[in-house]
Amino acid sequence: MNKPIIENLDLSRRGFVKGAVGLSFSFALGGVLLGRPSEVYAAEGAKLNAYVTIAADNTITILCPTSEMGQGVLTALPLILAEELDADWSKVKCELATGNPRLYGGAHKMFPGAQVTLASVSVPAYYMPLRTAGAQARKVLLDNVAAEWKVPVGELTTDKSMVIHAKSKRRISYGDVVKFAKVPAELPKIAEGDLKKPGQFKLIGRKDIKRVDVPSKVNGTAKYGIDVQVPGMVYASLMHAPMDGVKVASVNADDVKKIKGVTHVLSLPFGVAVVADTVEASRAGRMALKVEWDTKDAKAAPFDSEKAKEEYARKAKDPASEAMEAFKTGDADKALAGAARTLEALYWSEHTYHAQMEPMNAVAKIADDGQSAEIWVGTQVLPLASAVVAGVLKTTPDKIKIHPQLLGGGFGRRIWPDAPVQATVIANIVKKPVKLMLTREDDIMAARPRPMTHHVMKAGLDDKKNLVSWHHRIVAENVDAVAAPPRFAATKGRDYIGWVGMSQDFYNIPNLKADAIREQRGMRVHAWRGIGAGYNKFVSESFLDEVAAARGVDPFDYRLELTKNHPRAQAVIKTVAAMSDYKRKRPGRGLGIAFSDYHDTLTAGVAEVSVDKATGKIKVHNYWIAVDPGLVIQPENAQAQIESAIVYGLSGALSEELSMKGGAIQQSNFNDYHVLRMSDMPELHIKIIATNNPPTGMGEVGIPTVAPAIGNAVAQLTGKRLRHLPMSADRVKKALA
Amino acid sequence: MVREHLKLTGTKFGCGSGLCGACTVHVDGRAVRSCQTTMSEVAGKKVTTIEGLSPTSSHPLQKAFIAEQVPQCGYCTSGQIMQAAELLQKNKKPSREQIVAHMDGNICRCGTYPRIVRAIQRAAKEA
Repeated sequence: MNKPIIENLDLSRRGFVKGAVGLSFSFALGGVLLGRPSEVYAAEGAKLNAYVTIAADNTITILCPTSEMGQGVLTALPLILAEELDADWSKVKCELATGNPRLYGGAHKMFPGAQVTLASVSVPAYYMPLRTAGAQARKVLLDNVAAEWKVPVGELTTDKSMVIHAKSKRRISYGDVVKFAKVPAELPKIAEGDLKKPGQFKLIGRKDIKRVDVPSKVNGTAKYGIDVQVPGMVYASLMHAPMDGVKVASVNADDVKKIKGVTHVLSLPFGVAVVADTVEASRAGRMALKVEWDTKDAKAAPFDSEKAKEEYARKAKDPASEAMEAFKTGDADKALAGAARTLEALYWSEHTYHAQMEPMNAVAKIADDGQSAEIWVGTQVLPLASAVVAGVLKTTPDKIKIHPQLLGGGFGRRIWPDAPVQATVIANIVKKPVKLMLTREDDIMAARPRPMTHHVMKAGLDDKKNLVSWHHRIVAENVDAVAAPPRFAATKGRDYIGWVGMSQDFYNIPNLKADAIREQRGMRVHAWRGIGAGYNKFVSESFLDEVAAARGVDPFDYRLELTKNHPRAQAVIKTVAAMSDYKRKRPGRGLGIAFSDYHDTLTAGVAEVSVDKATGKIKVHNYWIAVDPGLVIQPENAQAQIESAIVYGLSGALSEELSMKGGAIQQSNFNDYHVLRMSDMPELHIKIIATNNPPTGMGEVGIPTVAPAIGNAVAQLTGKRLRHLPMSADRVKKALA
Repeated sequence: MVREHLKLTGTKFGCGSGLCGACTVHVDGRAVRSCQTTMSEVAGKKVTTIEGLSPTSSHPLQKAFIAEQVPQCGYCTSGQIMQAAELLQKNKKPSREQIVAHMDGNICRCGTYPRIVRAIQRAAKEA
């Protein structure tokens, strides 16, 4: 790795972070604070590169470049660096880095150079950069000891923060090395061969490594954005605008200002803010607000979920509709025309809300001259937050200091930096530091949901019942157009987020077409944990079972047949079948299987369900999953991430649904937006097949197989195919009637 | 009051309607949703937040939540622990069904439910 991590950078591929990070790229491992005298290091610790500082007392501080939102990066990423540094893990302190892609950009193929916490890319993006940084820091220490002891560097070894010269039986701690070490002006080059082989790992893959953030989370000391207070701050609440493009037609500002402590009632493009000296007054003001919205310029105003479904269905069938090609192999149309038998089915999914437990919030403090600001916020993309706040103040991102906070859940919602922008706008008006906190009701009103989708599936079988043609058509709001406009423009209107899961890369299908009718109706759609794979895999893996039935083969056998060229895919499918004893029939219960390849992590899941025919309620009794994520950094947390994503997937599969009328979301809190609770939990059975392949993602991969496995299980049990997410009791009852 | 005035931020705001359990505290040992509790209702009573559960973070549930590596984002955890602590006060050896019934009002969006159950069982065993 003695070459730049980022080569031949194609800016157009960097999507929405393009504007955020500017054009200042350098190596991911730029050295900083180089060439300072060694006595300074002895006092302050030696900063060996942008990520790591070693103090004379042997404490090693390692910065985590991405945001901690529950997925465990604050442990996993520093652990990767500590491995190559050969650090004593018990002396490592993990801290969040600031937003600075020049220093902390990752090396993921989808987001080269970007510092982003999304799409399950943290570990794959930083696996090589952090190993390189660790090896580089270790090399600096070794070179210094070799010079000090006048021994060949090749005779030195390291273990647990000690440099060892076996021949002379000398040992010195990293902390003591720092006391005399000089950091070269140019950091040493590390080639891939200089890195450990997986067999040499001492920390990576160890089952007893615990998360560093957990102790602070059991005693209330963990600090989230919503916990921040700064001197002199005032409180803001917000009646969030129900859709983009509305104006305030009328507001009872005079009444609300009569509430003691309320200082401002502000009509803003994103809603009506109530600013007050106390949190109670700001909340009381919010509750007293009566607002009428002028929706005539709001694109979303005509949107009604039920009417839109009729239009989506009509457009899907209309030959005049413009469908953009998403993925293609062979000639699916021709193969379908020549097929001996064809199948067709229509599928749906509804809008879903992230429901992160910490409602959106931010604290903004603007300098007197209005040209710089400090922001306290938990966000998934630090550089994007500083860029948009800089835009509000008409200054540059380097003038915006973001204090990164823990996230009380992200799941994609905190990619969008609306809260820091809103807090900045309000603070700029009231000329005081502002703490903005949304109520749950406003957080739902401000939702940036997974889109409502419609799918037309077609398959053609030849006279030997071989699948010769597959056509997956989606009709949905284009998510990239809303959530990643630069990428949308650069790809001439494709929808990366919305189309994930349509390409079937691991199935041997000779003629495949995936295309999209792209809606732009002003919905604030966004990335929701698992993105397009959440609904596309529900649709494709359900329809694959319909094809298997037409072919007269078992769904498990059929998936093995289709993946015959991909042994890793076959391994997860066979493993989950063995775990679940898949072919054993259970009276009154159905078993369904599904496979997914989300962002290169391979998963296969099996659900065991029963259905209450009177109510339509599906009960998932057991869920098994086999996962191949390549190399596993921290097995205990990898397991926890899979559990987490399964629960998120179950919740989305069975109950979560936003509905829109007049462009506005109709739900308001957890009484009418139902997320999974403990009593709905099945038994989870998880097997992670760790291999020495490069690590792929872990945070979302448990999701895509859940819904189709449940639908397939219900079909096996009842003979009825469920083709609409969520598979809520009412909907299931109707389908079974 | 608890969060912004007393600066005891371990208790979280989640829904403001008693639907999620993130704000659970004890009033005279009984678990209540602080978002649904007025100051006048607790006048003269003893209010315990997560910060007061144990001065050294050594309550059996806190130790068990670490041992089982329960929290992910951790935002609901204080409420989960306070809710569970009430259960273990009343019932030293709760069955799985009793645990689920007692904890069903507390949402964990990270889906740590299986670990919460294990941690409560562990705390019951080790207390």
